[in-house]
Amino acid sequence: MRNEIAFYLVAAFTVAFAIAAMTLRDLVHCALCAAGAFAGLAMLYLQLDAEFVGFAQLLVYVGAIAVLILFAVLLTRGDEVRPGRAAPARSWWMGAGAAALVLAAIAAPILLSPSLEGGAPGAASAPVRRIGEELMTRYVLPLELVGVLLTGALLGAVVIAMREEPRTEDKAGGIPPRFTPTPGNPANPR
Amino acid sequence: MKTLDQIFVLTQHWLTGLAPAALQPLVSMLLIIAALMAVFGTCFALTTILERKTLGRMQNRYGPNRVGPFGLLQPAADGIKMLTKEDIVPEAADKALHFLAPLALTAPVWLAFAVLPFGRNMSAIELDAGILFFFAIGSASELAVFMAGWSSQNKYSLLGAMRAIAQMISYEVPLVLASVPVLMAAGSLSLPEIVRAQSGYALGWIPRWNVLTPWGAAGFGVFLVAAAAESNRCPFDLPEGESELIAGFLTEYSGFKYALFFLGEYLGLFAVTGLGVTLFLGGWHAPASWLEWLPSWGWFGAKFSALIFLFIWMRATLPRLRLDQLLNFAWKFLVPLALIDLVAAAAWLKSGGWQFAWALETRWLLCATLLAPAYVCLGRHWRGGTPKPRRYHYAQ
Repeated sequence: MRNEIAFYLVAAFTVAFAIAAMTLRDLVHCALCAAGAFAGLAMLYLQLDAEFVGFAQLLVYVGAIAVLILFAVLLTRGDEVRPGRAAPARSWWMGAGAAALVLAAIAAPILLSPSLEGGAPGAASAPVRRIGEELMTRYVLPLELVGVLLTGALLGAVVIAMREEPRTEDKAGGIPPRFTPTPGNPANPR
Repeated sequence: MKTLDQIFVLTQHWLTGLAPAALQPLVSMLLIIAALMAVFGTCFALTTILERKTLGRMQNRYGPNRVGPFGLLQPAADGIKMLTKEDIVPEAADKALHFLAPLALTAPVWLAFAVLPFGRNMSAIELDAGILFFFAIGSASELAVFMAGWSSQNKYSLLGAMRAIAQMISYEVPLVLASVPVLMAAGSLSLPEIVRAQSGYALGWIPRWNVLTPWGAAGFGVFLVAAAAESNRCPFDLPEGESELIAGFLTEYSGFKYALFFLGEYLGLFAVTGLGVTLFLGGWHAPASWLEWLPSWGWFGAKFSALIFLFIWMRATLPRLRLDQLLNFAWKFLVPLALIDLVAAAAWLKSGGWQFAWALETRWLLCATLLAPAYVCLGRHWRGGTPKPRRYHYAQ
């Protein structure tokens, strides 16, 4: 009973934040609400005794991904926040279809899985030690592959972000030298 | 002596026993929460006065000395001043976020104290993944800083918030990486377990604290620097650089909200210092076997105070860095050093079974040959020698 109340509270919290993230007008508010929804998901994991997953969710999604979303919003936004309600985009049915497909893809294996047949499972807590051992033995190859993939992504980001130093012959025409106003153009344009 | 050591635990049990049985879990929790808030609230007040006094002494002036004997009541006066100040909210500010930001910064920090073991049997909750909890909670503060900077609708606030977030994200990496060898040595993510792994004495008299191993010493150094940066302490207090950013994301805050930010910052410092004591300085263990009769929480408090004093000392001694130096230092020096430290720790732990004569000395030499050249090379050469003046791409 107590668990159920807690579940409904957390679920309501998560869903409310998710709805707010979709309907609010200001993109920064949306991003912050998305972070709230991430935190709600983490609470759900914790409620299921999945300590590691819950904390990792907080660390990765609230600590890193939410900040990433915020930076993306700030770097790309024009000041297009208009009052009033948003008219749903014309392609809303595509979004709804994609959401339904994803839901089906997640729900189908869960509903078909044999572990549901034995009624409610007991305390299925996976201690961190167990997760670590499994990752290092049975799932070591996927782990390595993910590591390689992430390293590749990191290198790619560095390459994209790297600023090419101007070559010596470009230097004269490149960055203008300091404090030398061009003739006819006063140092202080105002 | 056993009673003195466990006096807080026993008091808590006794007080809980007075409550009706149905309420006992609740009362037990509330007691712990009240104790933590009282202790660290007082700690905050004491640290502010101690910091101002110490800074004054180091800078050859008196520091606060008007309120009460030796100025000891200064924190009370500060508190009253903060509470009675007008709370100014800018006209253009995002009111809701502006109000929520100080709360979002301060509330999670309190949670971090829940997993720290302050003495024998003295941690509020013993989580299997305690250290993960600590870092997960800490990551919420970046969003709070962003909320503060963005909702103020002020370019200095936003700049300060961006700097703060860049700094926090960058220094979280070496902070976590420096703690990983400790987890490897203890074989556990639970903080009480980590403290237990540091009990006992090598050769009969050297305590088995992590800081007294080569990898632990290097890790502790990285951890201290990253902790100072993570809690925005001088010399890493760029996000609120008064002279360039007029206090950064705090610009538009006044009165009690400002005090809340202040509180959150100091509590963050306390939490990360407590973690440092737990991870590297043996937690609540005494430094020698003949000192074990002193209560365990006393030892924790002593190490904790020493580290806080070290942070104050650093603030009085070191000048503020520039932002590009700060980020370069994190990514090009601390992170590689922490990674090499990881290898050194692995070598140390792997060679733990060596039995021949001079085994300990050989292990020290092995780790030192891994760490010392890396330290010198990273510090001198790979960073490109002494830092050059910054080239500004847009402001020249």
